[in-house]
Amino acid sequence: MHFIFKTRYEQDIALFKHGGQNFWYAALALALVAAPWLLSEYTLSQVTFIGIYAIVCLGLMLLAGFTGQISLGHAGFLAMGAYTEAYLQGMGWPFMISLPMAALVAGITGIMIGLPALRVKGMYLSIATLAFGFILEEVVVRAEHITGGNAGRQLGALTIAGVNFDDGANFYYLVTGIAVLCVLGVLNLLRSPTGRAFVAIRDSEVSAQSMGINLAHYKTVAFALSAALAGIAGALYAHKIRFITPDQFGFLQSIELLMMVVIGGLGSIQGAIFGPAFWFVVQQVIVVGKDWLPPALGQQTGLQPTIFGIILIAIVLFEPMGLYGRWLKFRTFLEIFPFYRKGMFKRQKSYMKSERMK
Amino acid sequence: MTAPMLEAVNLSVQFGGLRAVNDVSFGVWPNEVFSLIGPNGAGKTTIFNLISALYRPTSGEVRFEGEVISRMPPHVVARHGIARTFQNIELFEHATVLQNLLVGRHCHRHTGWWQDMLFTGSVRRAELEFRRQVEEVIEFLDLQHYRDSMVVGLPYGVRKVVELARALSMRPRLLLLDEPSSGLNTEETEDMGFWIEDIKHDLGITVIMVEHDMGLVSRVSDRVLALNLGEVLTLGTPQEVQAHPGVIEAYLGGVDDV
Repeated sequence: MHFIFKTRYEQDIALFKHGGQNFWYAALALALVAAPWLLSEYTLSQVTFIGIYAIVCLGLMLLAGFTGQISLGHAGFLAMGAYTEAYLQGMGWPFMISLPMAALVAGITGIMIGLPALRVKGMYLSIATLAFGFILEEVVVRAEHITGGNAGRQLGALTIAGVNFDDGANFYYLVTGIAVLCVLGVLNLLRSPTGRAFVAIRDSEVSAQSMGINLAHYKTVAFALSAALAGIAGALYAHKIRFITPDQFGFLQSIELLMMVVIGGLGSIQGAIFGPAFWFVVQQVIVVGKDWLPPALGQQTGLQPTIFGIILIAIVLFEPMGLYGRWLKFRTFLEIFPFYRKGMFKRQKSYMKSERMK
Repeated sequence: MTAPMLEAVNLSVQFGGLRAVNDVSFGVWPNEVFSLIGPNGAGKTTIFNLISALYRPTSGEVRFEGEVISRMPPHVVARHGIARTFQNIELFEHATVLQNLLVGRHCHRHTGWWQDMLFTGSVRRAELEFRRQVEEVIEFLDLQHYRDSMVVGLPYGVRKVVELARALSMRPRLLLLDEPSSGLNTEETEDMGFWIEDIKHDLGITVIMVEHDMGLVSRVSDRVLALNLGEVLTLGTPQEVQAHPGVIEAYLGGVDDV
């Protein structure tokens, strides 16, 4: 087991806490760079999707997992990013400008939907964001001259500085690079006063206020950043799919995003990556496994949502910390082998919230 | 003595038909320990919530160093140097003790979120400075052992101290303690008493405290304000207040009730 003997305060704010972490993250970086040579074209394309979804999930994690504001309208932000990118590309804007614009437009939309968050909490906020998702979907359908309406909108080839980014490997590197930058940005936020303010708001709004945290400001920032990340992912998603229609950004998409985050593990950055990765792997397993099942079961419509539903229920029941929590337990098990106890991660329940102020 | 540090002027608050605090006035001098006592429902915690601006007074006002704070939003009041703890412990449970204390430094931050996102040099320097300042509080309250523990796994007594530590991390000038000894055993209450004395003498912080443990109250308080049903019964030294017939009646019931 690692015991870190801290001698400097810098060690408390370091991104990588010890040599082991340096090694494994370096290995991961190497694997990411080498992936195009190791993986088939199809698998690489799936990994690219994981990267794109990881960016949205990162944003949703920041909002739901760290600030405690559950959004059921994240597909709306994804749509804002995707259509901004499609529209600006159509106008001939270079990607280096249109991508930040996609983030900006989504971010501003995020602020607008964040406004009710200053007044309503919990369930009511979720409903408000849900309604927002529906409204945005409808707006996309109606604004035909920009979005192409239900007929959809085609994107042109993606070239940056004369280099074609449409082919598998180049686009994979682009997505991975942006995803890594986003992860670093969020990690930086979380180890700084802003991130701590988010966590404070999540755990107790009353005492966050009494510590001098301006709730309105930080909730707005959380919504804006979360939406901006979704906007970035939306722009990449548009280039990946190359043909976007409003129904890709429907209510179901929002629910799927939230499920990914919950399955990954609310309140952990790793969870925002585990979630979509697990999602795509299971999807592949279902596609392959279908043929092995008896036709009455395998050809059933709704097989995939049912399986994901069951997984979600199992996670909520048995592993509220999601895949990341499972991984933590497994790692601890290995680190302190033979001393792991079953109840080590059990939290003591507290019943002292009697006179909690709302 | 100079002007009072904190002044409540004809403070009243009404929740529907209930007058929780009725025309209460008092002043707290710099560097004193001022206790609020009274039976349940006397309005003690309500007064705390009025001072930290979580509630708005129906009439009257609270002044801190001459400035009216009862109309400000709560986070602005905190920036004026008023820290508080809560009766039922309102820690950030899914964060470590260290992170909880660092939140206490929030008022003193100068960087914006965009700088935080890039973790610029100024953010790094500020973080290291915050870390150093928080360590002083950890040392003061003997929390070294719990630095990296999650709050959610800590026993009640320790949480109580962590909450005090978080308030002290703000380096406040006025500290509001809402029942600092509730749920603590005799020994822990004893420690709490020593710390409150140290907070007053060594750190020079003014303390207002709501407390039921009369032993602790008479040991550390300079003056005591007794309340009942939202109204002031009496104000004076711990001995005077304890001897006051109105206080005895409020706690034990009067002759008529027997």
